[in-house]
Amino acid sequence: MNVVLAKTETAHAQSDMLAVARDRLPGAGKVADTRRQAFEAYARLGLPYRRIEDWKYTDLRVLMREVLPLAAAPDAAAMKRAATALKLHAIAGVRPLVLVDGVFAPTLSETAGLEKGLGIRTLREALEAGDAALLAQLFSPDSSDAMVALNSAMMTDGVVIEIADGAVLEQPLHIVHIASGMIPAAMFTRSLIRVGKHTTATLVESYIGAEGTKAYQVHDSLVVAIGDGARLDHVRLIEDSREAFNISSAVVTLGANAHFNTFGMNTGSLVSRYQAVIAVAGEGSRVETNGVNLLNGRQHADTTLFLDHAVPNCSSREIFRAVVDDRGHSVFQGRIIVRPKAQKTDARMMTRALLLSDEAEADNKPELEIFADDVTCGHGATAGALDDSLLFYLRARGLSEKEAQALLIQAFVGEAIEQIANDALRELAVLAAQRWLAARG
Amino acid sequence: MAAVQETVDRVRRIDVDQYRYGFETLIESDKAPKGLSEDTVRFISAKKNEPAWMLEWRLEAYRRWLTMTEPTWARVHYPKIDYQDLYYYSAPKPKKQIGSLDEIDPEILKTYEKLGIPLREVEVLEGVVRPEGERRIAVDAVFDSVSVATTFQKELKQAGVIFMPISEAIREHPELVRKYLGTVVPTSDNYFATLNSAVFSDGSFVYVPPGVRCPMELSTYFRINERNTGQFERTLIIADKGAYVSYLEGCTAPQRDENQLHAAVVELVTLDDAEIKYSTVQNWYPGNSEGLGGIYNFVTKRGDCRGNNSKISWTQVETGSAITWKYPSCILRGDNSRGEFYSIAISNGHQQVDSGTKMIHLGKNTTSRIISKGIAAGVSQNTYRGLVTAHRKATGARNFTACDSLLIGDKCGAHTVPYIEAKNSSALFEHEATTSKISEDVLFYCVQRGLSQEEAVGLVVNGFVKDVLQQLPMEFAVEAQKLISISLEGSVG
Repeated sequence: MNVVLAKTETAHAQSDMLAVARDRLPGAGKVADTRRQAFEAYARLGLPYRRIEDWKYTDLRVLMREVLPLAAAPDAAAMKRAATALKLHAIAGVRPLVLVDGVFAPTLSETAGLEKGLGIRTLREALEAGDAALLAQLFSPDSSDAMVALNSAMMTDGVVIEIADGAVLEQPLHIVHIASGMIPAAMFTRSLIRVGKHTTATLVESYIGAEGTKAYQVHDSLVVAIGDGARLDHVRLIEDSREAFNISSAVVTLGANAHFNTFGMNTGSLVSRYQAVIAVAGEGSRVETNGVNLLNGRQHADTTLFLDHAVPNCSSREIFRAVVDDRGHSVFQGRIIVRPKAQKTDARMMTRALLLSDEAEADNKPELEIFADDVTCGHGATAGALDDSLLFYLRARGLSEKEAQALLIQAFVGEAIEQIANDALRELAVLAAQRWLAARG
Repeated sequence: MAAVQETVDRVRRIDVDQYRYGFETLIESDKAPKGLSEDTVRFISAKKNEPAWMLEWRLEAYRRWLTMTEPTWARVHYPKIDYQDLYYYSAPKPKKQIGSLDEIDPEILKTYEKLGIPLREVEVLEGVVRPEGERRIAVDAVFDSVSVATTFQKELKQAGVIFMPISEAIREHPELVRKYLGTVVPTSDNYFATLNSAVFSDGSFVYVPPGVRCPMELSTYFRINERNTGQFERTLIIADKGAYVSYLEGCTAPQRDENQLHAAVVELVTLDDAEIKYSTVQNWYPGNSEGLGGIYNFVTKRGDCRGNNSKISWTQVETGSAITWKYPSCILRGDNSRGEFYSIAISNGHQQVDSGTKMIHLGKNTTSRIISKGIAAGVSQNTYRGLVTAHRKATGARNFTACDSLLIGDKCGAHTVPYIEAKNSSALFEHEATTSKISEDVLFYCVQRGLSQEEAVGLVVNGFVKDVLQQLPMEFAVEAQKLISISLEGSVG
């Protein structure tokens, strides 16, 4: 009974929400229509809950309860807090593209001196310009998922990156999502990166909260199109405030002979969900998706990957590691589908969870769905504690319990981290893992 | 090699559309009126001369069923079942009160003879000398809605083992039935189990008293014969402290153009130090090569390791049914208890299989093992769906899961949907799954040494499923091996 009530209340609250926010949402005409349709889809579905199979382990009606109102545009004080936060999380040698409370911040971003073939716009500009092909791409995420639908309806800003055919970008692009509002609110963003044929690029996404921010909500999505023969390296770092919510979706399509290497690391936020749909649509392509969840306290992190092999001769690798302490809860759902035409597919997925406390929980659901016969597909999953004999070995050599654990955990997550191709970014992930271990004490 | 050759020979003789057990027995039957209502439930209960508490239990289940909706999460597709268009009870019309096996309708005896199920104890009675070491099996034969014969009752009685149709057990051992019925699969469990609770007509009941090792294998043979009839049997097996029993189950049905529903419930209970080994060779009619007809097999099977150090082992060979929806599970409640699941699921033609297991670790140091081999051929879909979960208090829980799928042909599908939930840091779970086709290299190697393509496939498939076949009792292992080859007929080449 409670569930039904919650749904009605949520739906009611939200219809006000769209009306209230309408004049702050960019795009008229067709865009506004698409928004309304998406919003109706969301209103029909309500927040996902455990009876929706894809959300079985992440019941937002229990965990999140409600979607907060749209965050106000940042004022001068907020921008100052954001600038301080950005400094703390700055990465050397990258081009920062900063979104503060869901609004692109030109003062904190670096949009001048673009490399040849690189084009950067804000989502607001793109939606207002109304280019049909681009709009189609921007609205390509599937609104049958309630959270995607909500994002489509409410997105305020984001970064639209277009890389021309043949360009080789030396400098990684860094999209930074900063929450700086003191009043808990929700921000809705969507970014797009179009990687032209035979190009190489690196994209980093960071999610951070300025000092003092608390239970804010991040609703983000990313659309990625990788052209024939192109390569994109992608790293996501979730370092949100420990009370924050982060619900992100990604839709990735690969052309022929393309290569996508992605890595996600989650150490922040209270509740996070990352759902990615990766469609391999061109022959001879490669996908590597790897991730690490480092959780403690009452953190809940859900990684849901859907890898769609539609054409022959492609390969994919997924390596996922979760380290869960205290009352943390890690969820990994990986689904690989090999469609009838996708012969000679080579798909592997390995997910492992390390439980450091008796109250920790790790749920793994690695799925294979195979319709072609000439393929090799496999998945493995394990869950367990640290190996006592290994701990003993290290203790016998004079390491303290914590040091021994830290060493083993580092090795455990290292298997996923070392898949990051870019040296500097790999180092960044290693440091983030070390910070987490150090904070464990 | 001889066994493989025999398999291949047999396969050659049989056309893909020729289901061996597809014949129909023409016999008069006594049916309940078509459709489902409280009256149907009362009719079945009255037919069985059941006590009032049993009728109440059924009615409660029926009322609950009315509030439930059919599950749709399984990866199977079928037209909506009209539950009012079925007969819920069908029994061979008794010519008179049956006193001994000789008085059973000869048509039914012939049916079981054709199926190769020995119902007569003639040989034993006549003192025929049997080869040394040959094991005997006590059989309970269920024909549509009723049990027609149970063999070796006297000998089992001497050992203290109760083995009888559940309808008789309700009358003769109400205290046992009442104590255990519905405690593993409650009437509220799921749509089909609830339906079964309301309308189940017969099935087997086994009780093995403390410390007794059942002197022979027990077996039930299910046969659906009547048209438009659903079969709803209920099996309840209890192994008391320190007891052991091995139980076999076989199933067939005539070849028909329509789909028939089979919604059974099997409940197993093991107390301290007890063990139950449950083996199934499921060979319901799978439908013809066009996907017409066949049995809908929606079965709830669950074992409860209630006592410490107890063990339940499921072994299944699934070759039949148009649709299989079946998850034999173990609730590992007792400390140090063990659950095992060995499965071969073969789908050919238009078959759809969604099968697997659940291992629920509740007690300390509980262990479980899952070996699942799925083989998909033709245009079939074969899904493994399994859950392994360790609760907070299940310290030292261990699980090993291996599910392998083999695809034969490029129009079939093999899917794996495991759920692995660890809520205890001392639990250790390992899961691995692979999907592949038969390696060209291996086939080439065999063919080069003089085997035909079919023989080579037979050899590889038998090797693929060997781990599971080894778990089957001897009598079943040979039959299962043949069955596997027959099921794959038409898929090679």
